[in-house]
Amino acid sequence: MGVHILGLLVENKPGVLNRVAGLFSRRGFNISTISVGMTENPDISRMTISIKGDEKELEQVTKQLNKQIEVIKVSEISKDYVERRLALIKVNTSDSEDRSEIMQIADVFRANVVDVSKKNVTIEVTGDRDKIEAIIEMLKEHGIKEIAKTGTVALNRGKKSMEVD
Amino acid sequence: MKGAEAIIKALKKEDVEHVFGYPGGAVIDLYDAIHEDDDLKHILTRHEQGAAHAADGYARVTGKAGVCIATSGPGATNLVTGIATAHMDSVPVVALTGQVPVEMIGNDAFQEADTTGITIPITKHNQLLKESKNILSTIKKSFHIAETGRNGPVLIDIPKDLQSEDIDFDYPKDISLPGYNPTFRPHELQIKKAVDAIMEARRPVIYAGGGVIASNASKELRELSETIMAPVTTTLLAKGCYNEESDLCLGMLGMHGTKEANYAITESDLIIAVGARFDDRVTGKIEGFAPNAKIVHIDIDPAEIGKNVKTHIPIVGDAKKALNKLIKRINRKKIKKENTEWHNKIKRWKKEKSESLKSEGKRIKPQFVVKKISEKTPDDTILATEVGQCQMWAAHYYKFKKPRTFLTSGGLGTMGYGLPASIGAQIAAPDKKVWNIAGDGSIQMNIQEIATAVKFNLPINIAILNNNYLGMVRQWQELFFDERYSQTHLGENPDFSKIAEGFGAKGMVVEKDSEVEEAIDIANSTDKPVLIDFKVKKEENVYPMVPSGSTLTEMLERKDIKGD
Repeated sequence: MGVHILGLLVENKPGVLNRVAGLFSRRGFNISTISVGMTENPDISRMTISIKGDEKELEQVTKQLNKQIEVIKVSEISKDYVERRLALIKVNTSDSEDRSEIMQIADVFRANVVDVSKKNVTIEVTGDRDKIEAIIEMLKEHGIKEIAKTGTVALNRGKKSMEVD
Repeated sequence: MKGAEAIIKALKKEDVEHVFGYPGGAVIDLYDAIHEDDDLKHILTRHEQGAAHAADGYARVTGKAGVCIATSGPGATNLVTGIATAHMDSVPVVALTGQVPVEMIGNDAFQEADTTGITIPITKHNQLLKESKNILSTIKKSFHIAETGRNGPVLIDIPKDLQSEDIDFDYPKDISLPGYNPTFRPHELQIKKAVDAIMEARRPVIYAGGGVIASNASKELRELSETIMAPVTTTLLAKGCYNEESDLCLGMLGMHGTKEANYAITESDLIIAVGARFDDRVTGKIEGFAPNAKIVHIDIDPAEIGKNVKTHIPIVGDAKKALNKLIKRINRKKIKKENTEWHNKIKRWKKEKSESLKSEGKRIKPQFVVKKISEKTPDDTILATEVGQCQMWAAHYYKFKKPRTFLTSGGLGTMGYGLPASIGAQIAAPDKKVWNIAGDGSIQMNIQEIATAVKFNLPINIAILNNNYLGMVRQWQELFFDERYSQTHLGENPDFSKIAEGFGAKGMVVEKDSEVEEAIDIANSTDKPVLIDFKVKKEENVYPMVPSGSTLTEMLERKDIKGD
C-alpha cells in the first residue's frame, strides 16, 4: 500500500469536486488529501489527490476518474517531482525563552513566523509530508493549540508537464 | 422562443419521437410546450419509475436514447431506480427533470431535492442548468454522451424559471467535451496478439456480453465463432445476440448458467470476452474462474479491463470493429475446425437433458409455461422480464434468436422493470409481439402501468408465474437457511385477472397444462393488453445453481436436492 499522487485537469465547473471526491468513497478507495485550484486557463482547474493503495487500485482509480466527463486528464505524478504541503501551526508560548526556542525550530525547518502574541506563535511551514510531520513533532512539547494543513500539490520536474491535448 | 419550447424542438433535432413522463409543478412549462406540439408523442405513465423503465425498454429495442421526464423532488426521486437500472446495464437514457427556480435552489423549497447530487453515482453524466443559454448545448451533449462509448443514462436538471425564459433556437452543430473521447478503434498490435492466441488455442470459448448487442455486433460474433468454431456462451444481457438453436451455443454462464457453459469456461484455454464485465454472478468464486485460460477482453470501457479478473490481452474499442478486425486477420486455412476433442467434449456436456415439464396432476410447472410461450410466439417477439425466478426461467426456457428482443434488469436486478419496459418496447416496435414474464411478487411493484398499456392500446401480454412466493429468495432460504421462509410467502395473492379487467385489460387464469397453449394463442391474437395468471408449482427451484461464493463447476442440479 504505497502513497500515490495523482494530478487531474478538470473542467472548472460547479459540482466537479463533488463528483471526483464522491467517486473515491463510492468505489472504496482511500483519499489522503485533495487540493484544487484554477490553472492558468480559467476554464480548467487542477486537482492534486494523494491516495493510499496498491498498483491495481491505482489503475482502477485512474480509469474511473478518466471516465468522468468533466475530467480532462489524469496522470500519476511519480519519480522526479516536487511535492509541497503547507501548514499553519499555532503553538502555545509561556515566556520569552519558550518563544525563542520555537523560533529556532522554525528556523531550522525554514518555516516562517507569521503571527506572534503574548501567549502564542503561529508558524507557516511548507514542505513534503515528512517535513511537516517532523516540525509538528518538534513543536508538540510546547503545546500545539491548532493546526490547519493543506493537501499535497505536486508538479513534475523539468520539461514534463500535464497539458490539455 | 421559450426555453421549454426550445427543449422540445431540441429533442426533435435529436430524432426523438416518443417521450415517457409525468407532469408536475416544476415541469409545467415543459408540458405546456408538449401540449402545443403536434409531432412529439408523450406517453403518460402512472408512476415516474414506469416512465424511466419504459424509456429504458424503448432504448434497448431501438438502440437510441429513450427519453423520460419528471418533475422536481419526488418526481425525480421516483426516476432514480429506473436510472440506476439503465446505468447498470449500460442503456442510453436521457432524463429531464424539473427543478425549483434557480433563486430558490438550496432553500428546501417545495418539492426540492438535490437531483444531480442524488444521481451522480447512477448516471454516466448529469448537469444542473443554471442559465438558459446553456439549455441547447447541454441537450446536444447529453444525447452524445448517452449514445456513444459505453452507453448510459444522462440526466439534465432544469430549473422552472429557465423553461419560461426567452432564448434563441440556435441548435449547436458541434460540441466541446474535452474530457470525453471514447476509444472506438482497437489497437492493431492488440488485435495481432489476440489472433495469435486464437491460432494457438485448443479449447477456445467466446464469452459474449451486452456490449455485443449495444454495438450491433451479432453478425460479427457469429462470423467469428463459425470461423474458428468456438462455442459461445452469453451473459443474461447478451441473450439474443447469438442464435440459441446453434450447435455452438452454450447458453448462459454463471450462477444459473448451463452445465456446458460453466464447464467449458472452466476447462477452456482461451476466453474471448466481448462486451462483458466479469460480473460476480458470471464468474462465481473468482479464484476458480477459468483457471487454465488466457483471457482476451474486448470492451469499450477501459475501466472494465482488469477490474475483476486478470486480462492477458486487453482490447479497448468498439466490439463490432474489434470482431471485424479479428475475423479479417485470422488465417482460416490453419484453423483446425470441427470434431476436435474440444467439440466432442462440449457435445457430451450438452447432451439433451431429460427433464419432464409435465405437471403430473399438480400445479403447472413454470418452465412449461415459458417453453410454450417460446414455441408459440414469432422469432422477433420481444420478451421482457421482471426479476427473480421468473427471470431465470425466461432465460433458460425461452429460445432467443435475435438481438434486442430481450429486456431484463441484469445488473441492478430491479423488480418492477418488466411491465413498464414492455410498454417502452411496444411503443418502439408496434408491429412486434411483446411478452412480459413476471412473478406474482414483482408484477405488484409496477402493476399500475397496466393502465398505461390500456390507455395507449398496447397489446402487450403479461404472463404471471404465480407461485405465491417471492420465489428466488424462498429458494435461497430453502437451500441455505434451513427452509426458514422469512417473509417470502405472499399467501393468497389478489386476483390478478380481475385487477387486469379492472384496468380495462383482458385477464385470464390458467391452472392446467392443457390450457396453457390456448391461453397463449388468445393472448397473441388479442389486440389489447392481456394478463394471464398462471398458477404454477409453489416450490419449484431454478437449476442449475452455483451457490454464492462457489466455483462455476460446483453446481447444484436437480438430483442433488432433497425433497424436490
